[in-house]
Amino acid sequence: MSNQSIQTDLCIVGAGPVGLFAVFEAGLLKMRCHLVDALPQVGGQLSEIYPKKPIYDIPGYPSILAGELVENLMEQIAPFKPGFTLGERVECLDKTETGYQISTSTGTKIQSKVVVIAGGLGCFEPRKPVVENLEVFEGKGVAYMVLDPEKFRNKKVVLAGGGDSALDWAIFLSDVCSELTLIHRSGSFRGAPESAEKVFDLAQAGKINLILNAEVQSLHGSTQLEGLMVREAGQESDLDIKTDFFIPLFGLTPKLGPIADWGLNIDKNAILVNTEDYSTNVEGIYAIGDINTYPGKLKLILCGFHEAALMAQSAFARVFPEQKLSFKYTTVNGVNAF
Amino acid sequence: MANSHIELQAEDLSGRTMNVEVPTDMGLSLMEVLKGEGFPILATCGGMALCATCHVEVLEGYSELPEAGNEELDMLESLPVLTDTSRLSCQLRPEHCPSTLKLRVLGEDNV
Repeated sequence: MSNQSIQTDLCIVGAGPVGLFAVFEAGLLKMRCHLVDALPQVGGQLSEIYPKKPIYDIPGYPSILAGELVENLMEQIAPFKPGFTLGERVECLDKTETGYQISTSTGTKIQSKVVVIAGGLGCFEPRKPVVENLEVFEGKGVAYMVLDPEKFRNKKVVLAGGGDSALDWAIFLSDVCSELTLIHRSGSFRGAPESAEKVFDLAQAGKINLILNAEVQSLHGSTQLEGLMVREAGQESDLDIKTDFFIPLFGLTPKLGPIADWGLNIDKNAILVNTEDYSTNVEGIYAIGDINTYPGKLKLILCGFHEAALMAQSAFARVFPEQKLSFKYTTVNGVNAF
Repeated sequence: MANSHIELQAEDLSGRTMNVEVPTDMGLSLMEVLKGEGFPILATCGGMALCATCHVEVLEGYSELPEAGNEELDMLESLPVLTDTSRLSCQLRPEHCPSTLKLRVLGEDNV
């Protein structure tokens, strides 16, 4: 949401397992947290890549599904009422009098005393196919995800891809667009069989223009996208398809993104930290979880949890400079909700 | 009797080639071997055939490799760039590879 200004103690960039647990550790010390994530849901890689996979090295759980771990973490941090800005990518970091202001891709502003980067491997961005002029028409007819299907109502749309996402959107958009084309590299789909069957049925009924064994070669248009060239296997000449939109759907891949330009010391796509408190070279900015590196670093969720605990102890001195921190056990003191 | 090692020749996108003698009893996947040799593979998912950052094109020995499983095939199909001999190196174990294997690390997501 744009033009909002959110005030908090800790702005946590990344709502994966380590970012979520940081809310708990901060909450025990009475620090409020707001999380930002480019993905539309919490859980990071656990929700996006392997929600149904078991994890065997979470202490106390012989085995837990990644998705369940995320649910448990959400329950564990609920007493501390964290704020969430999801589906927005963190773009800018500006120094303020009391700390930092973070701005997102859609203009949300979050002011905090401390910034904690728990960004995992970075933000998940769409994989881009090799298509001539693809980047020329980004925002001018090329989109990598369907955020608002209404944008495509009564328009000509070409989708490319063969996974579940391509099949699901082809089915959905066939009712919305004036003309919907699905282009797939091979002759069959490995996605959910019922979705594939539905796509073939819709193609039979003339609702989807299905082009198999083919790949998009290039895009053309004057200022806006007007059409694309498609090469079918074994054909000598390319097809010229008129379209208003081209949406390649080839999954997501993580990139470090704008964080790389924040003046932090970076080594091989990871942020260098001091293991005393997981602080970075920039005052008031910490990095925890898979995104940081230090001698002996292990990219394990359990190590990220430890890093979150030490970070919170250090961040306390910045959030409450007048107060003395006394270390307490939850078993003795309980979890005092906000 | 199984080979005690395989001869692996791997090249990256810039054409740099590396020859590695890979023992077959180390319990590592080829992705882990390549990463250990300094190839820029992110291995986001750690070897679960879920991220494709270890995507390789097999240049020699493809037909002698064990067939790809469903998870690997699903991931390969979702990629924008695919060759006729594409595999995910995290799903290949040296002990199941032919004695000589040549591949090119594609890893288009690693840059």
